[in-house]
Amino acid sequence: MRWRRSPSEPRRGRLRIGRWLFATFAAMIAATLVYALYPRPMPQTQAIQIRQPLPDIARLRTVAEFAAIADLDQRSIALFEEAGRVIQHPRCMNCHPRTDRPTQTDAMRPHRPWVSRGPDGAGESALRCSTCHGATNFESSGVPGNPMWMLAPIEMAWQGKTLGEICRQLLDPARSHMSRKELLQHMSEDALVGWAWHPGGGRKPAPGTQAEFGAIIKAWLDTGGKCPA
Amino acid sequence: MSYAISVNGQIHHVEDDGQTPLLWVLRDTLKLTGTKYGCGVAQCGACTVHVDGTPTRSCTLPLEVAASARITTIESIEGVEAQAIRDAWVARDVPQCGFCQSGQIMSAVALLRTLKTPTDRDIDVAMSGNICRCATYNRIRAAIHDAAAQLGTAR
Repeated sequence: MRWRRSPSEPRRGRLRIGRWLFATFAAMIAATLVYALYPRPMPQTQAIQIRQPLPDIARLRTVAEFAAIADLDQRSIALFEEAGRVIQHPRCMNCHPRTDRPTQTDAMRPHRPWVSRGPDGAGESALRCSTCHGATNFESSGVPGNPMWMLAPIEMAWQGKTLGEICRQLLDPARSHMSRKELLQHMSEDALVGWAWHPGGGRKPAPGTQAEFGAIIKAWLDTGGKCPA
Repeated sequence: MSYAISVNGQIHHVEDDGQTPLLWVLRDTLKLTGTKYGCGVAQCGACTVHVDGTPTRSCTLPLEVAASARITTIESIEGVEAQAIRDAWVARDVPQCGFCQSGQIMSAVALLRTLKTPTDRDIDVAMSGNICRCATYNRIRAAIHDAAAQLGTAR
């Protein structure tokens, strides 16, 4: 009985198995390469059908869209509610605080740094709004600006009030310090009000345009200036 | 574009974009590095300079606007209020790390030029835009009171 192959005998059995293994691996690699490199079209994006169109929250409805409301009082209230989308927007509300401090951002958090309205609404004598806020938005720092940058008078505080309360306040010259004509001018032409549509710094503007907003305010006043409850 | 800018009583001709913050011009172009960069978004007050005598954050002032004004930086702030503030700052050893102090001093000098005898509230209001990470606020407030008292005695 021999336990070992004599050195003169060839290794035929082992060589045959080795060739088979090599051939199998080579075939696998070749198959993988062919699969990976075979030209195929890239996946294409496919349109997904929108079942319900999203509401255009940036759009302000035009005055003509309210003509269908026959009752004048109801139309007037509906117009003011549409204007309320601008009035109660953070770009406007942030400068109509109920305290001496403005708020900022869409979250309407207290202004940082700590500032106070001062005697004229444009800051305390030793820390004016103009310490940081220039005549225009400054994109480099993101700090917004306007030549008239200031807070609304405390009598014109909007924060914490319902739209109806804001409406009645606007129409009360003792608190708004404006006649109806001046109110319309303020809403439709005032450059600081107009900043709400051009806030810069990645801030979300108020809906619509100042001209559209002014037209709605005018239509509201023309229909009697009625207020929501 | 070229701008002629008045800084510390000298006219400098600066070639830069008009929207460059004044702070960059002061530090990088004019090498006036006493004015510090803290946040770049008008939140900390470290970059405060005087623009026509009014404290202003230089990080949020475009060069094209600064070019029409008289700029004063910490390097050349002077006058009785500045001297009183400096004396009080040294006597109280106000700074800790010191990074915010040029901004603090520029705001404090402007405060004393506006209000001769500020109350605690006046100081808090005027200095609230100047942040100090070392929280030296109590020493700052005390030093401003000291400076006001010194000015009152001098007057």
